Amino acid sequence: MSEPYRPRIAVLVFPGSNDDRDAALALEGLGAEPVLVWHADRDLPEVGAVVLPGGFSYGDYLRAGAIARFSPAMRAVGDFAAEGGLVLGICNGFQVLCEAGLLPGALRPNESLSFVCRDVALRVERREIPFLARCEVGQRLTIPVKHGEGCFFADADLLAALDEAGQIVLRYDEDNPNGSIDDIAGVVNQDGNVMGLMPHPEHAVDPLLGSTDGALILSGLVEAARERLLAPTV
Amino acid sequence: MLVRPKPGILDPQGKAVENSLRHLGFTVDGARVGRLVDLEVAASDPEQARAEVERMCAELLANPLIESYEIELVEDA
Repeated sequence: MSEPYRPRIAVLVFPGSNDDRDAALALEGLGAEPVLVWHADRDLPEVGAVVLPGGFSYGDYLRAGAIARFSPAMRAVGDFAAEGGLVLGICNGFQVLCEAGLLPGALRPNESLSFVCRDVALRVERREIPFLARCEVGQRLTIPVKHGEGCFFADADLLAALDEAGQIVLRYDEDNPNGSIDDIAGVVNQDGNVMGLMPHPEHAVDPLLGSTDGALILSGLVEAARERLLAPTV
Repeated sequence: MLVRPKPGILDPQGKAVENSLRHLGFTVDGARVGRLVDLEVAASDPEQARAEVERMCAELLANPLIESYEIELVEDA
């Protein structure tokens, strides 16, 4: 039996990223060929998707994610997203995407002012996006969080617009670890090709780690990346 | 320039400062924690300097969704 085609997926590496290797390892385990891309690179290799990993890019100076958005590689990611490319931001990657304007809202310091690091229960709110295609609406996922600034904020108008457009895709189920508004754990852009979430799916891909629910999200991404790269070019 | 969390935005840092001050016996009705950025800008006149700093605020120094800012110009002798 031949192995299925391994789609290349870029994992960006900023100074201060620390989940880049974990993300790459998880993607590799799920059938992708991860490619680490340094933040100073101006171009992305040919990839089917991009992952912005967790960590503390540029020491979280100024605001988490605020400096990383100006990396040369982020310009390429912006172009990639504008062409419909799939971009997943995890934790610090989510913060970078919000700061870059690729996702709505902002992430503020946790309400408790404490760094949280534990498994949380998430509720899937939508499944018609590639990232959550392998989940069911209402499904409960157990995935760990580890962050100090994960309190998602949107003002009343933006929140209503996000809700209306179905852009709130993951919520904390009963146990909100950071005080995020409306229990929001993950959002997508309007086109549904850029998603950010605070929990770390790459840390929940092996029974040894307590949960394999993260694999549902990442394998959805791998499958969509495979389809994108195998699709005949127009 | 001075950056502040917008009114109505939860400011956990300010809350922690407020609580600590109360523990010390001070009477405080509220505390908000912002950020001060001292910038040195070469400009021919104050308007030009202000316009330049406005752009810096919009592009990097403040996030308009959650923060407001004020600019104070001080001429270097």
